[in-house]
Amino acid sequence: MTVQELLLMRHEWALIAGVLILLVLELNFSEEQKSKSIISAVVIFTIITLLGFLPAESGSTFGGMYVTDPVRLLMKNILNLGVLIIFLQAGSWLQTKNNYNRVTEFYLLMLSSVIGANFMISAGHFLMFYLGLELLTIPITAAASYDQYKSKSAEAGIKLILSSAFSSAILLFGLSMLYGSTGEMYFSEVRFSNDLIQVLGFVFFFSGLGFKISIVPFHLWTADVYEGSPTNVTSYLSVVSKGAAIFVLVLLLINLFEPLRLVWQQVIYGTAIFTMTIGNLFAIRQQNLKRFLAFSSIAQAGFILLGVIGGSALGMATVIYFVLVYVFSNLAAFGVVIAIEQYAGKVNMADYNGLYKTNPRLSLVMMLALFSLAGIPPLAGFFGKFFLFTAVAASGFYILLFIAVLNAVISLYYYLLVVKAMFISKSESPVPYFQSDYPTRIALSACVIGIIVIGFYSPVFEYIKQLCLISF
Amino acid sequence: MVEQVPLNHALIVTTLMFFIGVYGFLTRKNLITMLISVEIMLNAVNLNFVFFDNYLFPGKLEGHFFSLFIIAIAAAEAAVAIAIFINLYRNIRSIDVEQVDKMKY
Repeated sequence: MTVQELLLMRHEWALIAGVLILLVLELNFSEEQKSKSIISAVVIFTIITLLGFLPAESGSTFGGMYVTDPVRLLMKNILNLGVLIIFLQAGSWLQTKNNYNRVTEFYLLMLSSVIGANFMISAGHFLMFYLGLELLTIPITAAASYDQYKSKSAEAGIKLILSSAFSSAILLFGLSMLYGSTGEMYFSEVRFSNDLIQVLGFVFFFSGLGFKISIVPFHLWTADVYEGSPTNVTSYLSVVSKGAAIFVLVLLLINLFEPLRLVWQQVIYGTAIFTMTIGNLFAIRQQNLKRFLAFSSIAQAGFILLGVIGGSALGMATVIYFVLVYVFSNLAAFGVVIAIEQYAGKVNMADYNGLYKTNPRLSLVMMLALFSLAGIPPLAGFFGKFFLFTAVAASGFYILLFIAVLNAVISLYYYLLVVKAMFISKSESPVPYFQSDYPTRIALSACVIGIIVIGFYSPVFEYIKQLCLISF
Repeated sequence: MVEQVPLNHALIVTTLMFFIGVYGFLTRKNLITMLISVEIMLNAVNLNFVFFDNYLFPGKLEGHFFSLFIIAIAAAEAAVAIAIFINLYRNIRSIDVEQVDKMKY
């Protein structure tokens, strides 16, 4: 193995180095200096993110277990951007009294989880995929029960770890069937032939992965975990962990499961309809903003499945673009929820009444984020949805497209409910005026710039499309 | 020389084990037993991998390695899960799954 081959794993090396540096740094900080690890973590992660954008070669290493190419690099960079924004938003929460002593733990858990996501995306072998998946999930379950003194947080942790253990067992059972019928585990060598056992194995495999993406029959943990976890962890779950799972799903379906296309198109056809509809219908009746965003993220996952179903390079490009937009819009929404929860301790929709009077800028950010999630032009979310719809139309699923458009209308209704609460509804005791700290403001403005610029600046999509067309 | 058990029989055993695990996960009230049920499911998968290696692909070791990794990861998962259970027990003085119902719908 040469240095060249090791350098292919640049993202992972950088993250592992970041984890080690943080560990050592934490040992050197005294009790009063613990909050310094917030700054060091953010600086380290900024460097890691910037390193990720350097040009890189594609290839495979570790005997084909680890594969990298421009598309995978782009996926990792998108996830890194999301994590950077989450780190910026987490600062003020970590400085509160209960968390003061265990600041570093939060960052360590997050970073290990990102390492898992990166390995999972780059997997060239089922074992690597499985290890990445577990490394993505297990640290985040610990982070979900981070609030030691809140029973809701422990409850969220339990629901997350039990459902993810259950789902990975299902996924592994499917994997064992796939292995039994093909005898190979390297993605490059597996040859599927539409045997019944392979179809069954694929269905098990897809259900296991569906838990992570929270596709509808497997979504029941989502709302509870999102509500109970600390909001920063929730935003990680809904953006990074879900995004990584979606990326992997696209990569696997297009490359590996290509011979089973007729099977997975039917599976995704059904689940996409249910995911969109049920996510939307349940979002309407939510009062808690975190639960509301949970169901909205389920519905968004349904929309993302629309890009997957075509199974083409174009569909893949639309999925990556949509996730990029989704990262910015969802993190902007979560950023506002985090800020308000931090300063006023309120997460219910009724508490947002009259927010525009007291906190006009925060309400504007929230409005932009929700409009982008709903897909109102000219924000980026509109183009994301538009490209997804074109991808579906290109592959000829017109009924699915019709249902998706109906769902887009329904989703507009409940996103506007929040906007109405903020701008129109009167309130006796609105959230008082407050100024969030600088990192949060930077993160929110980055999100807003992302939402607006990605929409207007068409080379972004062209670039992603070119990459996908070249690679696949 | 004892006649080898046919693969079909082995697979029936592992499938039964898997679904016993599923059944246990869905019906048990105690969180620890739910975790044990998941472990049963994972062990069924391990057996599956080992059987496939032995019967269909003798000489290949990928299935064996995979089951070793599954065992290791199941241990890690159980460690985190039990830590969370202890945390919950400190909060609500119970590890009955029916008490874990602060959040619904």
